[in-house]
Amino acid sequence: MQYLMLLSHSPDAWDDPEAAQLEEWGAYTQALVEAGIMVSGAGLQGIETATTVQMRGGERLLTDGPFADTKEHLIGFYVIDVPDLDTALEWAAKVPNVRTGSVEVRPVQPGAEAARADAAAVATAG
Amino acid sequence: MSPLERAFREERAQVVATLARRLGDLQLAEDAVSEAFAAAAVAWPSAGVPDRPGAWLTTTAWRKALDVLRRDRSAPGTVEAVVPAAPEPGLHEEDAVLQLVLTCCHPALAIEARVALTLRHVAGLSVAEIAAGFLVPEDTMAKRLVRARTKIRQTAISFELPDPENLAERLSSVQAVLYLVFTEGHLASGEGPAVRTDLCDEAIWLARQLHRLLPGDTETTGLLALMLLQHSRAAARHDDAGQLVAFAEQDRALWDTAAIAEARALLATTGRAPVGPYQVQAAIAALHAAAAGADDVNWPRIADLYGLLDRLAPSPVVTVNRAVAVGRADGPRAALALLAPVLADGRLAGYAPLHAAHADLLERAGDERGAVAAWRHAAELARNPAEQAALRRRASAG
Repeated sequence: MQYLMLLSHSPDAWDDPEAAQLEEWGAYTQALVEAGIMVSGAGLQGIETATTVQMRGGERLLTDGPFADTKEHLIGFYVIDVPDLDTALEWAAKVPNVRTGSVEVRPVQPGAEAARADAAAVATAG
Repeated sequence: MSPLERAFREERAQVVATLARRLGDLQLAEDAVSEAFAAAAVAWPSAGVPDRPGAWLTTTAWRKALDVLRRDRSAPGTVEAVVPAAPEPGLHEEDAVLQLVLTCCHPALAIEARVALTLRHVAGLSVAEIAAGFLVPEDTMAKRLVRARTKIRQTAISFELPDPENLAERLSSVQAVLYLVFTEGHLASGEGPAVRTDLCDEAIWLARQLHRLLPGDTETTGLLALMLLQHSRAAARHDDAGQLVAFAEQDRALWDTAAIAEARALLATTGRAPVGPYQVQAAIAALHAAAAGADDVNWPRIADLYGLLDRLAPSPVVTVNRAVAVGRADGPRAALALLAPVLADGRLAGYAPLHAAHADLLERAGDERGAVAAWRHAAELARNPAEQAALRRRASAG
């Protein structure tokens, strides 16, 4: 089953990551790849780069900033493929930001998972 | 107890657990087991009780579940279901019940959901019984169970035993759930009787099952002993009019000596293993039970044990209990000093026992006006009418 790990962090703890931290992220991603469970993942640029889009009454509304003004900000995500929730939670507990931020773990809808596999198959066949 | 009732009590959890593990679906397992019991109610009186009722029920429930899976498979548009391997006839997977209770108490579920799942699927209570036990509408409880089972299914919470290194964390969640069921029964909140024995009995039954599966887990042993000791006083805890009787004024002849003896024997088996909070609380309860009268309680030892508990599992509630014991062992002044930070802290501002303890200590320290105010305050905060009445009587006596 595929699980999305949404990584959040409070901005004050996230300013200017040190080299050691970057190494830790690299090592963690590497561990996911070596375990054969990495589906995808990315780190995001800061919230100052965010633009929120809404369509209201046929009009496109753009807002500078993230959609929710919360204390913690989305900083990245991973999608992993593991057998059960406990395994996903164990990996989530090792994400480098988990000590000061938080990781929300949610299963990907099985339909969406299948659609992705179909798309990949089509891409390979084509 | 009829053979069917006995099978329901003794075999049901095992059958549900075996099916849930094979099917990976708690609802499907529960429905199939209900049908198997319905079939037994028809077949057993005429054909006789099978030699191994558990095996009969497992096989019958398994067939019922397969019927449902086949029906679903032939339904248009559904993905072809993979029919799992049948459990061997009569196979008694001892650890299946442990797996089931660990799944029902998974820490990824809300605590209310863990309680509901455990009572429904492990203890076999009906939705109506659980709803009545926790004073919520049946509909609310039904929705809570559906939501919880949906989360188990959709997030793929496993029905397998966790790794040994994760077992301790998972077990402590189970113990917390069982103790919550017990305390809800022991000092029920809201309207209704102050002691709901049914919930206490269910919690003790569940703790017995857990202890049987894990006899070497000393905290489980401690938890079972603690429940037995607290419940041994059930008959003495309220008078004929339903009024709650204070611990010191209880008729000790009404205490259940068999339960006390069983608890003491259980505690004696824990030996020199690292001590945990449930064992310490059980040891405290055992000291209370050992006293011949209210004046013979070994308060200095109890105060020490509360000190230990405050280090193992620090909480302001433990500090309140410690202050009560210190008050008996060393006098009200020392106890009031312990209580002062808890009163100032404010986290327990709405906790009636804090103000009752404060009132008692003030009274014994000679501050009668302060004591009356504290008794009244405690009465206002009491969780149920019987407790409230008991505190009001103290306020007017002072």
